[in-house]
Amino acid sequence: MTTVNTKLNRRSFLKVSALAGGGMMLSFSWLAGCKPTEEEALGLPKEWFELNSYIKIGENGAVTLYSPNPEFGSNIKTSMPMILAEELDTDWKNVWVEQADFYPERFDRQFTGGSQGIRQGWTPLRTAGATARAMLVAAAAQSWNVPANEITTSAGILEHKASGKKAHYGEMASLAATLEIPEEVELKDISDFKIIGKSKKNVDGEKIVSGKPLFAIDHKVEGMKYAAIVHPPAFGMRLKSFDKSSVMGMPGIQDVFSINVFKDDYVQNFFDTTTFPEIVAIVGNSTWEVMQAKKNLVAEWEKAPETKFKMAGFGGNSMDVTVPSGLENTSSHKSRMAEFIKNPGTVVRKDGDPEGMFKKAAKVIERTYSAPFLAHNTMEPMNCFADVKGDKAVIYGPTQAPEFIMGTLSSSLGIPKENIQINLARMGGGFGRRAYSHHMVEAALISQKIQAPVKMVYTREDDMTDGVYRPTYSATYRAALDENNNLLALHVKAGGIPESPLHANRFPAGALDHYLAESWDISSNITIGAFRAPRSNFIAGAEQSFLDELAEEMGKDPIEFRLELLKRAETDPVGSNNDYDPKRYAGVLQLVKEKSNWNQAQSNVHRGVSAYFCHNSYVAEVVDTVIKDNKPVVESVYAAVDCGIVINPDSAANMGEGAIVDGIGNAFFGELAFNNGVPTKTNFDTYRMIRQKEAPKKIEVHFVESTENPTGLGEPLFPPVFAALANSLYKATGKRYYEQPIAPQLEMENLRM
Amino acid sequence: MALFNLNINGKSQQVDVDPATPVLWVLRDHLDLVGTKFGCGISQCGACTIHLDGNAVRSCQLPISAAEGAQITTIEGLSENGEHPVQQAWMEHDVPQCGYCQAGQIMTAAALLQRNPNPSDEEIENAMNGNICRCGTYLRIKAAVKTASQKL
Ligand code: FES
Ligand code: FES
Repeated sequence: MTTVNTKLNRRSFLKVSALAGGGMMLSFSWLAGCKPTEEEALGLPKEWFELNSYIKIGENGAVTLYSPNPEFGSNIKTSMPMILAEELDTDWKNVWVEQADFYPERFDRQFTGGSQGIRQGWTPLRTAGATARAMLVAAAAQSWNVPANEITTSAGILEHKASGKKAHYGEMASLAATLEIPEEVELKDISDFKIIGKSKKNVDGEKIVSGKPLFAIDHKVEGMKYAAIVHPPAFGMRLKSFDKSSVMGMPGIQDVFSINVFKDDYVQNFFDTTTFPEIVAIVGNSTWEVMQAKKNLVAEWEKAPETKFKMAGFGGNSMDVTVPSGLENTSSHKSRMAEFIKNPGTVVRKDGDPEGMFKKAAKVIERTYSAPFLAHNTMEPMNCFADVKGDKAVIYGPTQAPEFIMGTLSSSLGIPKENIQINLARMGGGFGRRAYSHHMVEAALISQKIQAPVKMVYTREDDMTDGVYRPTYSATYRAALDENNNLLALHVKAGGIPESPLHANRFPAGALDHYLAESWDISSNITIGAFRAPRSNFIAGAEQSFLDELAEEMGKDPIEFRLELLKRAETDPVGSNNDYDPKRYAGVLQLVKEKSNWNQAQSNVHRGVSAYFCHNSYVAEVVDTVIKDNKPVVESVYAAVDCGIVINPDSAANMGEGAIVDGIGNAFFGELAFNNGVPTKTNFDTYRMIRQKEAPKKIEVHFVESTENPTGLGEPLFPPVFAALANSLYKATGKRYYEQPIAPQLEMENLRM
Repeated sequence: MALFNLNINGKSQQVDVDPATPVLWVLRDHLDLVGTKFGCGISQCGACTIHLDGNAVRSCQLPISAAEGAQITTIEGLSENGEHPVQQAWMEHDVPQCGYCQAGQIMTAAALLQRNPNPSDEEIENAMNGNICRCGTYLRIKAAVKTASQKL
């Protein structure tokens, strides 16, 4: 058993109160269990103590957890209460989960993204559960007049064996609510877990399969209007004027006006990325009618000038941002990137004497990898409901990060934060896109203008062409080999538009005496943002494809080669700030080797391997492809994952399968190009998404048995699959794939995709 | 605007809308049946799948004028409380992630099994290929269709 303190720096992060109708409520801070990063400690010390989540235990024994984190499909709405129920020692059947609304006071930090939900919730949820249990035990001890340590709990029942006394939690909850919070509580031994590690079904499963209104797009209130938006046709353009009369007479159309997302004096924050700050809104009686009017709107657009503004960063610092003018093209992006590859970049890490090694190398291998912009394409298009009247606002929408949009809403509406309520909807996918919540400001401004409730819905075309995309990237890897094919040095130079994908201190840094990493970036007016495993989602594919080619050149098995490098990083690491654990890294490679029967591959099956570390978790994957009727078919994918303790194994596997399918889809098909600032794809007829037929026939997700605290899961399975697929296709076709998407290249080789 | 008499989930309904309005928006905006989802509007994603006289169709491109007189079934009408074998199988395999595409997937699968109670893997893949799942739950969808086919 571990004893944990319920206080941090002498301040308690728990508070107990009585429920009006009987029972107890325990409020706690979701963040109390995390070690703040330096930046966080500087910038946000106070919120570590804000009570931003709570549990209620009713007189009937029902336990309700208010989960502050928005749900976008990673199933935290099920797995987080499992942690709580475990320590509370109650029956899973008695636990209910509610999505907590966003109250600026109580929920100062609600965010789904970066695969951090479970990692952050782990200790506070356990502590809260254990504290509530301890208080219920204390209440029973008091009313039965027996020592607390003689009382046992199981499945929500308190029992004193010697006297034969028994009660369920609900019977003691009201008394427990009057007791002092213990300073220390005991957490269970991992080996005693009864709920964690046993698969539980999605708590919203039945609602989903029966079509219940769960999403913001399903919301409707009396008197609600519908709104569509019209945005500039190209990045680098802005609204000049529009002709109201072009749509005003159309059926069901009530009003047409333009809105500005930001007030002039507002200082944007990092998540205020807004594709087009000024857009035209069309308001009417139904979605169909406003969508029809949208097609008819006559508007004039003009080239936008360069803009400069200040942006608030972490820890109170601010950055100067410059958005260049001009209409950008994918072809010119490519040629500019080719120039940057040739020029020296910014050195972000250097060990030993890489330049010297390259000079004396017998052989140098150099390869360049690239990938295009990607659209998130969440299944539910961007949308939001807003009801703004006078100085009060209610906003109900899909967002991964309500806290980041609150200040924007307050500034743009001119309404104090206390008067704005953000309600959180289940999201029809996030993938990073909904960390940027300008759609909420847009809906709010439209509602404010008409002083009535409104639901604004993007068309798919709006959603795809008004994006906050995954950047386009490039990485050049070079290896210096001696005459005996020993690896002397490695050099990576990577960049992108507008950011570099490089993580300077990740593997293989630390495993090589001579290592050089350089970064570059090219500014752009195309808006970009987080996309499932930002940066890793590209660099993993480049790095792991290069290591595969290198292993072949060196005559080594690709898994053995990686293990050798990791052994070096473990026993004699180069440099001191390598941000991975080589042992756990090697662990997933060994597990995938075993589970995929790596050494006994079938003759017609072509296999590729890849491994990557991100979001505090380690993943290795093997992809098997076969060529059937001139068509590459992904037969099987084996994944080995080390993400610490797994809370809900089956749902974790589901997440993993999804990430693998997503990665294969984007590797084959994902691409958004630009022509004079205009995205060349606008809907699923041209933007190809992976479908049932291209999905792997089998996926096995294996978790490393672990007693480490849980880490990220939603993202880490995504980055490695790109290279595992490319390496497997190489075996199948004899060609290396350096550019994404891969499908057009396969088609040129007369393989059908 | 024109009046249309519809039969939806076994109930007669009347709406007064532009004849070109797709069934999707009549369901969602006028009849508060929001289980049928909007994904693309151009028959490419399957999120809006309903049954028209038992056949799976994309409601986003089906004008209301073409639906008069037909039996329309939406996800809300597939069963009272999610007890249709396909819905049960979906829960058993814990298919959904975000859940947004799943009503459409379920409607496509239910129509497939109605027509072909014992589909092969290839038949399942062909039938389900029009329904995109951005979260990538395809393997569980396939497994759930098979489970449902055994229970039908
Ligand atoms: S919304 Fe109808 S097929 Fe996509
Ligand atoms: S479950 Fe999210 S799109 Fe299918």
